[in-house]
Amino acid sequence: MIAHSIFFYFFSVIAIFSSLMVITSRSTINSVFFLILDFISVGCLFIMVGAEFLGMILLIVYVGAVAVLFLFVVMMLNVAEQKQSWFIGKKSTHIPTGLIVSVLILLELLVVVGGWKYKEDLMSSSTLVLSNVSNTHQLGLVMYTDYILYFQLAGIVLLLAMIGAILLTFRERVGVKKQSYINQISRNPSSSIELIEAKSNQGVKVDD
Amino acid sequence: MIEYLQILGQEIYKIIFLLVPILVSVAMIVWLDRRVWGLVQKRRGPNVVGPFGLFQTLADALKYIFKEIIIPASANKVVFILAPIVTMTLALVAWAVIPMSENLVLANINVGILYLFAVSSLGVYGIIMGGWASNSKYPFLGAIRSAAQMVSYEVSIGIIIINVLLCVGSLNLNEIVIAQKELWYVIPLFPMFVIFFISALAETNRPPFDLPEAEAELVAGYQTEYSGMMYAMFWLGEYANILLMCAMGSILFLGGWLPVMDVYPLNAIPAPFWMILKILFLFFLFALIKAIVPRYRYDQLMRLGWKIFLPFSLIYLVLTASFLFYFDKLPKVNV
Repeated sequence: MIAHSIFFYFFSVIAIFSSLMVITSRSTINSVFFLILDFISVGCLFIMVGAEFLGMILLIVYVGAVAVLFLFVVMMLNVAEQKQSWFIGKKSTHIPTGLIVSVLILLELLVVVGGWKYKEDLMSSSTLVLSNVSNTHQLGLVMYTDYILYFQLAGIVLLLAMIGAILLTFRERVGVKKQSYINQISRNPSSSIELIEAKSNQGVKVDD
Repeated sequence: MIEYLQILGQEIYKIIFLLVPILVSVAMIVWLDRRVWGLVQKRRGPNVVGPFGLFQTLADALKYIFKEIIIPASANKVVFILAPIVTMTLALVAWAVIPMSENLVLANINVGILYLFAVSSLGVYGIIMGGWASNSKYPFLGAIRSAAQMVSYEVSIGIIIINVLLCVGSLNLNEIVIAQKELWYVIPLFPMFVIFFISALAETNRPPFDLPEAEAELVAGYQTEYSGMMYAMFWLGEYANILLMCAMGSILFLGGWLPVMDVYPLNAIPAPFWMILKILFLFFLFALIKAIVPRYRYDQLMRLGWKIFLPFSLIYLVLTASFLFYFDKLPKVNV
């Protein structure tokens, strides 16, 4: 058990430290890197409590895709240093908003963890107590049977969000030359080369 | 306390016995790559240093070690140094779960394939970090290209993995191999194997998808500012990643360490040998493709990933699921 607690404290100290660094570090790029470190150490904590599927999914989705996009945006927008007054100065609305959100999250956590700890009938699903199958199987068994509607609903919400994001950024560009792949691939010498006898002093008119 | 130290010592010993062969084989496959490339073009390839030029890569590595490491003055130094380390570490760390035979595996974890997928999807960080930290135009353009490319092709690799998982019913790499005892998945899932192979080319930035380092447009892409050992680490990580993708392909589709047929002279050959043979076969294809295919244009690359591979693998996923369901061949969960 000693090794277990050593590892637990190791990962949790890194997680807390890096999450503090995310909000305090001046350079935005460093913030994103610390966010990645935070995700990874939380993933390790998931694996330590035996939820290896969740840990891996956290790595794949958040670190492998979401954080890449964050990094991308931060690098492209060139917001390397946060010096604007709306972020640090008196006009800042970020800190009150952040405080409200974190207090709400804390309350939610209290309700969930408290309910889970002191009210045993709160856990509705009976399949979760099986211990002889791996937790990937357990998740699959619950997610696609008891919670299929919520699962599908979440998928539809994501799909709508994706379509919405594409719609917001989509604009019809005029005057852009587009290439048709079919035409490009199906070209052959007989259709693309034409022999024209050019008359002297008249040239050839090419119609595009 | 001494017990822990003993366990730690044993693990470190195992890890060294895993890493040293990988590094040596990376050196060897670089030689093989250049050799195949040369032979396709009717050249000889490297053939001077050592027998058949086998020590060419070692000579190159020595050269890189003795070169000076130059850090650009305007670079972000920490990130600049971290980038090659990240690339190489991620490429080596993934090998922990690759089974060379039923028992010859460092960590036989339940979610092996997810671990492989996660680590290979982290590989993009080394490239983005290197490209951004160099603070130079070409590396940055290369990094942006490769980020978009790797994220796009990961999606179709994920769906291909789901295809295989539907047939196996487990995320454990050993069980994926054992499930192919009767029939390698390359036969029923042949289109998926082809797409996996092409996506693996794109994922490891190999030609014809080597846009991040397209030398005609971007000098050397994200590696432009790197020199000496740091460049060599990028290069080692890249080839270790290629080998990893070959290992993943042979586990998912070519039956991993299983022999071609379970008959006497073939199944007497030890299992790791089969695994290595399959990895080499896939790598040989990688090397051939490098020599014979011209580079893709960027928009064609994106179109191939999003408009062809993604819908096709999704449709094939539905087909596989329907087939398994209709003929009642879905893997049974022993609950």
